[in-house]
Amino acid sequence: MVEFLQFTLSGAVFGMIYAVVALSLVLIWRGTRLLNYAQGGMAMFTTYVALEVIYRTGSYWAGFVVALATGVVLGAVCQLTIIRPTLNKPPLNAVIVTIGLLTLLEGLAGIFYGGQYRSFPTAFSITGLKVGTTPLGVSRYDVFVAAAVLFTTLALAVAFRYTSAGLRMRAAAFNATIARLAGIRVARVLTVGWALAGLLGALAGVLVSPSTFLYPNSMDTIFVYGFTAAVIGGLDSPVGAVVGGLLLGIALSYAGGYLHSGADLVPMVALGILVLVLMVRPDGLFSATQVRRV
Amino acid sequence: MTMQTLPRRLGVAVVTAVIVWFLSVKLDTFRDYQIAEVAIEVTAVAGLTVLTGLSGQISLGNGAFMAIGGYTTALLLLHLNWPFIATLVASAVVTAVAGAIVGVAAARLRGPYLAGATLMLGVALPALASAYQGIFGGDQGLNVTFTTPAFLGAAFPLTRWQAWVSTVVALVTLVLLANLCYSRIGRNWRAVRDDEVAAALDGVNVAVARILAFVVSATCAGLAGSLLAIVTSLVAPGAFTITLSIALLTAAVIGGLGSLPGALWGSLLIVLVPTYVTDVATSHGLSSSAGSNIPIAAYGAVLILVMLAFPQGIQGGLMRLLALFTGPEPKARTSRDAPAPHVTPPADEMSASHHEKEGTT
Repeated sequence: MVEFLQFTLSGAVFGMIYAVVALSLVLIWRGTRLLNYAQGGMAMFTTYVALEVIYRTGSYWAGFVVALATGVVLGAVCQLTIIRPTLNKPPLNAVIVTIGLLTLLEGLAGIFYGGQYRSFPTAFSITGLKVGTTPLGVSRYDVFVAAAVLFTTLALAVAFRYTSAGLRMRAAAFNATIARLAGIRVARVLTVGWALAGLLGALAGVLVSPSTFLYPNSMDTIFVYGFTAAVIGGLDSPVGAVVGGLLLGIALSYAGGYLHSGADLVPMVALGILVLVLMVRPDGLFSATQVRRV
Repeated sequence: MTMQTLPRRLGVAVVTAVIVWFLSVKLDTFRDYQIAEVAIEVTAVAGLTVLTGLSGQISLGNGAFMAIGGYTTALLLLHLNWPFIATLVASAVVTAVAGAIVGVAAARLRGPYLAGATLMLGVALPALASAYQGIFGGDQGLNVTFTTPAFLGAAFPLTRWQAWVSTVVALVTLVLLANLCYSRIGRNWRAVRDDEVAAALDGVNVAVARILAFVVSATCAGLAGSLLAIVTSLVAPGAFTITLSIALLTAAVIGGLGSLPGALWGSLLIVLVPTYVTDVATSHGLSSSAGSNIPIAAYGAVLILVMLAFPQGIQGGLMRLLALFTGPEPKARTSRDAPAPHVTPPADEMSASHHEKEGTT
């Protein structure tokens, strides 16, 4: 029973990370109908920047803030320079451009920092919390991770719901032409979407790197599970991204904990869940029923 | 027209074979290995370009089919001592079945949902080899012994023989695929890609067409995996990473989606660019970490630049160049074969119509 509780809680913490990555993918998907395969690579890159700042200043929080800011800038710059020219081209072109960006970033990280694994500091203690004598399987730092993700997600939700900038973004995602007719600068809104996605990715990178270590490919697995979470939830739904992330995180934690030679079977379990969900709902759990036009 | 195309394709294949034969004899062992690499890549990419370009389905998991082909070959060579040609056929059959299973699951999925499912397949399947060490040899993988046939003599270099075998398999695959694309099956794929409902109304069985495309592309990947096993003398999970699956799709799109010559250009690019840059980097005496990572960065930059410069891929760019010299005549042909169903509407409406469509992955 204690084991079950531990697996659930630690799975939920990892699920939070998947949820952030999924959310960043959903943000870009809703705006540009494009899946950003470089999302993990961008997060890896901003985390290296954070590590550099932490080394130089000795302050975790300076690195944290700089990473998020770099994420915003990187997202916006990438959208403006290489994504925007692909928007009127065949759709797979943009996909290949993001794959190229991912490769470029991983190569650059390797050139500057080498391929070795680097440990990343945490803001809080990583010794497990206990209730009485029962260990919970999560640490103070894990609580911070969950809190940071929840706070960011809620802040985004509030911003989308109650600010005029949020309204503009929702309008542009709903129908670009109508939004444009209403005087919204859709192109600018798309850039803002990429900047926000860059911020979320940077957050995920900084939060997860203490447990995965940091190296040029360190975010690949996180990206794959984040992508899977987004697909499970439905790519148009931010709520779906969060639910998908938590669901996947907890399920994979059970698989890794309970299955014999679990670590190697975790991806298979993820595939099983994904296929199961897509068989029942081909557009994800939280998709609105859509009529395909003839 | 159809009467003339088959001899023409065979002619192109024979000419290519002669060129490869000439190169393999003239160049050194390392180049022979690269010829084999390109041939393997082309075999897999050609199948994927048919799947994505003609039937309109995406797969980010064809590396998994390569793994199935590779392990089938390795296990049959290891335990049953089958001749290679038999293991090649067996690998094709096994991956065809696997492709059918995935195809059935994939037939309902669209765009990014299909991309996500196949991506996860590409991650999960090779991990099975690590999970079941007893059969698949775990992370170390299985060793494959492959030798030159006796009639070539003992001094004949193995890599040259590997290059020949790979090239022959690649060319046969390409000729068969070319015929398939212009047959009724190929036309059905294009019809399904452009408009499912219209295709169904015309009597095309949409589900069967889509599944068949997956079977064909998986079979090609299986053949490539089988070749990879004998060329690298090893099948291990590390050879079939998600990077491989993504590289296959990249080659298909960069070369020109739906075009078989494009599959060759794309494969040449993704095999040769990293090696070329490595040569340049090491000849300038760069440190090892920079030296090994500059090719990766350069490869990424090349992908971005090629995609921005040639929206229709390399083959599309070549056709456009050709049209500049010969006038608009051959253009008509390219536009009929053109991969992308998205004929460009005016820029303004494009992004709008984009939103109602299923969009990109």
